[in-house]
Amino acid sequence: MDTLTTTKPLATYVVRHADDNLVLGQRLSEYISWAPELEEDLAIANLALDHIGVAHHLYDYAAEVEDDGRDADGFAFLRDERQFTNVQLVERPNTDFAHIMARQFFVDAYQVPLWDALARSADERLAGIAAKAAKEARYHLRHSRMWVLRLGDGTEESHRRMQAAIDELWRFTGELFEADDLTDELAAAGIGVDPATLEAPWRRTVLATLAEATLDEPHETVMRTGGRRGLHTEALGHLLAEMQFLQRAYPGLEW
Amino acid sequence: MVTATAARVREILDAVVDPEIPVLTIADLGILRDVAVDDDGRVVVTITPTYSGCPAMDLIREEVERALAAHGYHDVEVRTTFSPPWSTDLMSEEAKEKLRAYGIAPPRSGDDEPIRCPRCGEPSTRTVARFGSTACKALMVCERCLEPFDHFKEL
Repeated sequence: MDTLTTTKPLATYVVRHADDNLVLGQRLSEYISWAPELEEDLAIANLALDHIGVAHHLYDYAAEVEDDGRDADGFAFLRDERQFTNVQLVERPNTDFAHIMARQFFVDAYQVPLWDALARSADERLAGIAAKAAKEARYHLRHSRMWVLRLGDGTEESHRRMQAAIDELWRFTGELFEADDLTDELAAAGIGVDPATLEAPWRRTVLATLAEATLDEPHETVMRTGGRRGLHTEALGHLLAEMQFLQRAYPGLEW
Repeated sequence: MVTATAARVREILDAVVDPEIPVLTIADLGILRDVAVDDDGRVVVTITPTYSGCPAMDLIREEVERALAAHGYHDVEVRTTFSPPWSTDLMSEEAKEKLRAYGIAPPRSGDDEPIRCPRCGEPSTRTVARFGSTACKALMVCERCLEPFDHFKEL
């Protein structure tokens, strides 16, 4: 079976970004009611809602472009692990609160320049979705950055945990900036963005925040890759098993 | 058979309120983008989401259809548009005043303005939680009257 999601480049490109947001939204949803304080539960639920909302709009668009009878739910619930093209970072488990916020911070620092660039896309629909998402991503970044600072520059224990989370997740950040034939093609057409151009703004945000949080920049490491080609860590399969259970067990069920 | 005009449709839609902030109509909020009636009498209503994940959008779509059906308009299509993206800048001064009277501090025009307590007008207030009971609100508290209140976030 083709590991890519669709035969049309634009739809495949849109689905990549939808997958990032759906998987992260589902991960955040898993954590609701476990946050360290009630306000944070609300924050996590709101973050999840924004990411799932963006995913929904992108899947709707991909379905229209693909024009093959598949709808947004078809993309979300009826594809297997190898057909998901999210970066591995977003599927990483909710190890502890520091991991959740470090993961969020890395994603937010990437999505702000990503959506800003896509808001200038020659594709009007994609630009519209991105322009809205850009505003939300800025708000998310303010929140996740605050937690990196608060935990990094907090107690000995919170510092230790945030440093461990940053170190653990660092190897999943290289994939965010990898270009391939698809991104080359869409960037050349003025529709997509070359992921490599997002790395400098990402590093500026991340390194300034780590320094302010008294956290060390992780040592250079071998970056993990493969998510965009459908190769995932063990964590994604478990996430999908739970998320897709209802549609798999009761096909076509609505409520 | 009722013949629709865009003006009449807008009048009917003035009764459609936001399910989460019922003092504001979808027109007040800037969710209602466009109303058109084509030659066959088909009504096309265009709306735009406030937040990407706003769970009220499906309900608003249904409310629009229901309100128009109640007045005899059954050939209705509700479209969603994303551009230009919704912004709190689209909210009218009248809408902001309605929000304040309802107990929600309205969105400001600039970040340098203070967020005033909607109860006593005090400018000295602080954020309790950046994310509140709905996607569009943050939770605040007034330093003077100590009342907690919602702030409609600028977007």
